Amino acid sequence: MMESCNCFEPHWSADELLMKYQYISDFFIALAYFSIPLELIYFVKKSSVFPYRWVLVQFGAFIVLCGATHLINLWTFSMHTRTVEVVMTIAKVLTAVVSCATALMLVHIIPDLLSVKTRELFLKNKAAELDREMGLIRTQEETGRHVRMLTHEIRSTLDRHTILKTTLVELGRTLALEECALWMPTRTGLELQLSYTLHQQNPVGYTVPIHLPVINQVFGINRAVKISPNSPVARIRPVAGKYIPGEVVAVRVPLLHLSNFQINDWPELSTKRYALMVLMLPSDSARQWHVHELELVEVVADQVAVALSHAAILEESMRARDLLMEQNVALDLARREAETAIRARNDFLAVMNHEMRTPMHAIIALSSLLQETELTPEQRLMVETIMKSSNLLATLINDVLDLSRLEDGSLQLDDGTFNLHALFREVVNLIKPVASVKKLLLALNLAPDLPEYAVGDEKRLMQVILNIIGNAVKFSKDGSISVTAFVAKAEYLRDVKAPEFFPVPSDTHFYMRVQVKDSGSGISPQDLPKLFTTFAQNQAKSASRNSGGSGLGLAICKRFVNLMDGHIWVESKGLGKGCIATFIVKLGIPEQLKETKFLVMPKIPSSHVRSHFSGLKVLVMDENSVSRAVTKGLLLHLGCDVATVCSSSECLQAVSQEHRVVFMDVYVPGIDGYEMAVQIHKKFAKPHERPLIVALTGHADKVTKENYTGAGMDGVILKPISLEKMRMALSELLEHGLIFEAI
Amino acid sequence: MDVVQLKRQLIAFTELLFGEGFLDEQFNQLQQLQDENNPNFVAEVATLFFEDSERILNELANNLDKQSVDFKKVDAHVHQLKGSSSSIGAQRVQRVCIIFRNFCNERNVEGCLKCLQQLKHEYALVKSKLEALFSLEQQILAAGGSPSI
Repeated sequence: MMESCNCFEPHWSADELLMKYQYISDFFIALAYFSIPLELIYFVKKSSVFPYRWVLVQFGAFIVLCGATHLINLWTFSMHTRTVEVVMTIAKVLTAVVSCATALMLVHIIPDLLSVKTRELFLKNKAAELDREMGLIRTQEETGRHVRMLTHEIRSTLDRHTILKTTLVELGRTLALEECALWMPTRTGLELQLSYTLHQQNPVGYTVPIHLPVINQVFGINRAVKISPNSPVARIRPVAGKYIPGEVVAVRVPLLHLSNFQINDWPELSTKRYALMVLMLPSDSARQWHVHELELVEVVADQVAVALSHAAILEESMRARDLLMEQNVALDLARREAETAIRARNDFLAVMNHEMRTPMHAIIALSSLLQETELTPEQRLMVETIMKSSNLLATLINDVLDLSRLEDGSLQLDDGTFNLHALFREVVNLIKPVASVKKLLLALNLAPDLPEYAVGDEKRLMQVILNIIGNAVKFSKDGSISVTAFVAKAEYLRDVKAPEFFPVPSDTHFYMRVQVKDSGSGISPQDLPKLFTTFAQNQAKSASRNSGGSGLGLAICKRFVNLMDGHIWVESKGLGKGCIATFIVKLGIPEQLKETKFLVMPKIPSSHVRSHFSGLKVLVMDENSVSRAVTKGLLLHLGCDVATVCSSSECLQAVSQEHRVVFMDVYVPGIDGYEMAVQIHKKFAKPHERPLIVALTGHADKVTKENYTGAGMDGVILKPISLEKMRMALSELLEHGLIFEAI
Repeated sequence: MDVVQLKRQLIAFTELLFGEGFLDEQFNQLQQLQDENNPNFVAEVATLFFEDSERILNELANNLDKQSVDFKKVDAHVHQLKGSSSSIGAQRVQRVCIIFRNFCNERNVEGCLKCLQQLKHEYALVKSKLEALFSLEQQILAAGGSPSI
């Protein structure tokens, strides 16, 4: 029978040593198995993040149960009770359950755990990559900042040297360069000259020829190029000892000129003028050129090019502006000098004019006095010629003043109706005595279709004709002079030497052509163009005895002819072969006699002048007592019955129908005169009752004459008034009702 | 002195006057106008001239003495004098008047004052010359001759 202890026998025999070892091992296993979960719990508690707590619990349970199993095993080495066995069994069962569960669970979990590891690795890699990229970006940003700063420095000045210097300095600083140099092309364009360096204060002026292969290579592309430190452009410093030179980079800097910029295109980079920038890293360092550094260099080179071109353009425009200012000042000065000169000349002419007139008037006066005396007919003729000549001379004196006015363009022609045929006859009469003295034959030929009357400036036309005929006479020793005048028809008009001259006759005017042919000394072809220049005398002619005159004549003639819308020219076959002077002028065709303001009557020949106007009642108005007395004396001498008043109001009161003429002295050709005339016109409604109104004034030219006639005056007489003048004026006035002309 | 000599003196004196520019041909005109109907024409005109000129010269002196000169007035006076002098043929006086008017236009008081001085001077001269001329003529008349040239 079995013992009632219900004990179980150990399964094996008591091999004491082996059992002892097993016993100890079981003990330690149990210990370990119990401490592992403790450790786990401890560390898990310590760490904040552990995603697999359930697994841990499971694992812990498994381990604990395993430990428990081994612990209980300890009791089974000796006799043990059934309870122990049961406990053992339960423990083992539980352990089995839990282990299986755990094993099953681990199947899910281990891949996860493994993938965590993978992910960790991945993230680490990523982090490293990002770090790298950050580093790059930071470098780029640094570079960008440097570029901006450099650009700012470069652009902040417009001085070429500062720009270049600053570039080199800043580049050197930014990139920590050992040396930085700029080679500029020389004027000839065949060499590059070392112009700026960073560390050497005085570049020694090295030059290298521009067509080296390395240089061509750099100029060929628009990027920074690494070049050998031994190339001539890089060997700036003398080689000192053994050292490994740092890497060298060269970049081209385009030098742009104004002409490179076209409006519609961007500048072509085929400017063909470059400077070379050479940058050297420090020697004996292991540094290499990085891409971002090269980019920086390229950008800087471009900026420098732009800044330089701006500076150059600005310099040019400043220079141009200074030049213009100088020229302006000089021009202003010249203009003022010219104005002063013109004014001085005009003043001189005016004074001279006045000076010259005085003896003229003496001659005129005395000649007219002479005419009053007893003269033989020849003497009378001589005196008349003297008078006419002196009148002409007076006109010429006027014209010296006119010339200056002609050149200023301020001369106006004195147009009036006159007798053309009489004009020619008078000229011929004037010249005939001189011509006959020289035994020259003078012939005048007026075409039958030449109108008898024409509208134009009679005095000046006469002067022109006289001048030309006078020249013909002057420069002919013998032979004949023929003067022809005819109306220029269209076909003749094209025969003129000036291609721009296209005269077109019309209903109101015609062109007269006058030709003066002489058989005198002629003119050589090279002198012909100088004929009409002011003051230029013909050298050959001045050798002849008869030369004289100021050389003004033809110049004035030309100007007058031009003013008359005409043309004048001289032809000559050469010296000794005579010459032909021709001119064409535009003359107006006079309107019907009744309609003209100024009568188309010829000047009264002297024999028709009344010498005495007995009983003619006239009224003289003059504020100036002296001139009033003189005018009164004049008129008394002529036999008039003179009444005088000294103001316009008195004049209006005193004037009556009995007065045939009222002589008014007008202070200025202004209000007084007009007012007076208007008042008188008002006073006498019927024109035949009204006295004739004549203005006496010291100033007269065409403009004011028109003003007077416009105001209703019947004539104007210029002071000073000689006896003769007054006589003629009165005669004309009474014959025609107005005064035609009174010099 | 007999008439012939006096006449010669007169002619010489007159030539001198004309030569020196004191008188111009206008004076001749005046002399022409003197005839038996108007025997004292020239003297009368001369007297008028003297009166007029003295009056004007006084006016000018007054006007130019003021603080602010009225150039228009001055100009008007000078113009009058110019007219008078040209009517009688007092050439030098007339010339100074022209210059005087220029200064007036430029509103140049200095110049005007200078001209006024000159005017006074010239006027005095021409007056004395004319008076001398007239006295010569009187002498000739008294001696029984006729002073007409």
